[in-house]
Amino acid sequence: MSTADQHREAYREEAMELLAELETSLLDLEQSPDDMELIGRIFRALHTIKGSGSMFGFEDIAEFTHEVETVFDIVRNGEMHVTKELIDLTLSAGDHVRMMLDAVHGSNAADSGRAGEIIAALQKLSPGKKGPHAARAASSEEDESDLLHEGKSITCRIRFRPPGDIFMRGINPLLILDDLRALGECRIVAQKEGIPALNDIDPEYCYTYWDAVLTTDKGVNAVKEIFEFIEDGSDLRIDIIDIIDDRPEGGHKKLGNILVERGDVTPDELQKILSRQKRIGELLVEADLIDTGKVESALTEQRHVRKVQEKHQRSETGSSIRVSSDKLDRLVNLVGELVTVQARLTQTCALKNDPELLSISEEVERLTEYLRDNTMSVRMVPIGTTFNKFKRLVRDLSAETGKEVEMSTEGADTELDKTVIDKLNDPLVHMIRNSIDHGIEPPEVREAMGKPRAGMLHLSARHSGANVLIEITDDGAGLDPQAIRARAVEKGLTEPDAELSEKDIFALIFEPGFSTARKITSLSGRGVGMDVVKRSIEALRGSIEISSQKDIGTTVTLKLPLTLAIIDGLLVKIAEEVFVIPLSIIEECVELSRNAAANGNERHISNVRGEIVPYISLRERFMINGRKPPIEQIVITRIEGRRVGLVVDHVIGGHQTVIKTLGRVYRDVEGVSGATILGDGRVALILDVPRLVQNVEKEAAFS
Amino acid sequence: MAKTILIVDDSASMRQLVTFALKDAGYEVIAATDGRDALNKLGGAKADMVVTDLNMPNMDGIELIKQLRKSPAHKFTPVVMLTTESQEGKKQEGKAAGASGWIVKPFTPEKLMEVIKKFIR
Repeated sequence: MSTADQHREAYREEAMELLAELETSLLDLEQSPDDMELIGRIFRALHTIKGSGSMFGFEDIAEFTHEVETVFDIVRNGEMHVTKELIDLTLSAGDHVRMMLDAVHGSNAADSGRAGEIIAALQKLSPGKKGPHAARAASSEEDESDLLHEGKSITCRIRFRPPGDIFMRGINPLLILDDLRALGECRIVAQKEGIPALNDIDPEYCYTYWDAVLTTDKGVNAVKEIFEFIEDGSDLRIDIIDIIDDRPEGGHKKLGNILVERGDVTPDELQKILSRQKRIGELLVEADLIDTGKVESALTEQRHVRKVQEKHQRSETGSSIRVSSDKLDRLVNLVGELVTVQARLTQTCALKNDPELLSISEEVERLTEYLRDNTMSVRMVPIGTTFNKFKRLVRDLSAETGKEVEMSTEGADTELDKTVIDKLNDPLVHMIRNSIDHGIEPPEVREAMGKPRAGMLHLSARHSGANVLIEITDDGAGLDPQAIRARAVEKGLTEPDAELSEKDIFALIFEPGFSTARKITSLSGRGVGMDVVKRSIEALRGSIEISSQKDIGTTVTLKLPLTLAIIDGLLVKIAEEVFVIPLSIIEECVELSRNAAANGNERHISNVRGEIVPYISLRERFMINGRKPPIEQIVITRIEGRRVGLVVDHVIGGHQTVIKTLGRVYRDVEGVSGATILGDGRVALILDVPRLVQNVEKEAAFS
Repeated sequence: MAKTILIVDDSASMRQLVTFALKDAGYEVIAATDGRDALNKLGGAKADMVVTDLNMPNMDGIELIKQLRKSPAHKFTPVVMLTTESQEGKKQEGKAAGASGWIVKPFTPEKLMEVIKKFIR
């Protein structure tokens, strides 16, 4: 039985006793209706049933009993007489509470309609005094002021003059001051002017009061709460004097400073003159207007506010430092080496089977992972700066072409690896030029078509899994599939009778030596075609896609990996060869039994829970010899919205993959995007799955 | 040394709940059923803090507070009253008698500890 249950059980027993007592008292009361002690006893019984009931989760009982108690409170105050009717009703109320208690115990639920009847009848008896829950509504006004200052730190000036008899109320004012200090940076000055001469001092009386300046981010209600119990009787003032947010602090220069700046007086002269002048505090004290304690308090406040503001400014300027990207590159390389060594450590430990060593290795693995993520995040920069650069470009280009273009951006705070962003610049410039040059029409044409005069160019960036999607959208003329097709045939890029989907046709734009512009302008068509754009995006392990509707506009979507250096991969094995598949594209792994493979025969199609999924056998693709295991595994990936399986012998498991680029000789090998070093020192190739799938499809189309 | 808290309530289940919570937090606990019982149990001993119900037979909470404030040993002792929402008048009476603070029923053990920490540490 839990402690909560024990408490509830204790309450139940107690309530049963109280109900019995209530009954006896009621019956006695019938005999002597004016016995105040009996009435008091009845009231107390009801009060305890109510009060404790609410404590132990019997809210229904508490609520019901409250109504009965209210009536007896009236009786107790002599405003109502005891009648037989009242006693009858209270008796049945007692019975009802008993039923409610039993209901908790598992027997039949109490009838709530009955409760309503009893209450209604009781209320009819009582001489129209306060309705139910009269005293409930209070204490919800305070929350608003806190909302205003949420998350900001506020500085308050607090004057706390406790009542002189604070000690006789069992309250230690020093604890209250401690609570204040616990809220934030706090300076407190004790004001002792009220303390009389020693002979007149009553040691049990509090003569001192306190001025405090507090800077806290807990909100003003937290400050008020500290004084909750001492509020009445105290002279308490809480004023918010400063709210720190990000607005820069203005302020006026002092006259002396201006004169010095103008060269009208020298700093030395100024200093000499100023030292003759008395401080305002001294002057006031001298004039007997205030005492030194007050001046001290005001000075403290001044110092405090100044310090808090300085601190705030310091923390703002100290929030970032500039580091050369070389240093970061070196750091990333080192982390890469570390990840490789760690993989070796993990593997060695697994072989040694020493539990102590294993736990150390696991710790190292965890730390390495944190280090990797942190290092990678250091290299991440928002794409916004790049976007901003294009504003100027767009402005210049529209002036040059006589077109009106409005550029908007979205997701400027999306972060990407610094290297990726640097290499992204040229392709983006090219595509923006294309959009303005070929896409957006001259203003007159646009007006004739019912479009707004100014063309729209929208740049957006957003995260999508381990990738970032960058979109360049314009509302220009769009691509004309017929024209592209004709052009491609003319250039010998495709057969006149080839069956091509719209997507396939648009993809032709990226073929080398393709250009649809009728005339060559200064902007585009200078030999840098979309094929170069595509190649540079693919060099970043990204992909490019184009969608367009004639006369509506064009959208180019770039899909880029978050980072270039280290990825999460899945290790798979075929015979003795190990390959890495990027984890970000993997959806699931399922088994492919030999029978199923035979059933799908040469079509390479598997049935995954009723869904038809085509697959590529990597063993066949890479021409690896040897016997297939009886059960092969399919790693199912999602490429461009479709599911494609890769058949392997074994799935080994996750691997932090440090990407090493392949040497020059192997750079053009298709289907492989790089290599990585495994824990045992072997090299594993990283598969470029989209390319692999593309190639297989192409071959299938030609065969 | 652990501080001693006196809990006064005529409801056995309330005494049990509060005692349990306080002991759990490391306090010594003296439990009394009403004001008179409380004064008897205190005798010459000293409690560092008192938590008391208001409505009790024999001697109610208000009277207990008055008595405590009169005694040299408990003149300055923090006294917290347990009240219900409907007892606004009683609360004022208690404050006038010298109560240090109050907790409104129903309350959680956490709330109880929060209030106690305001008065003794």
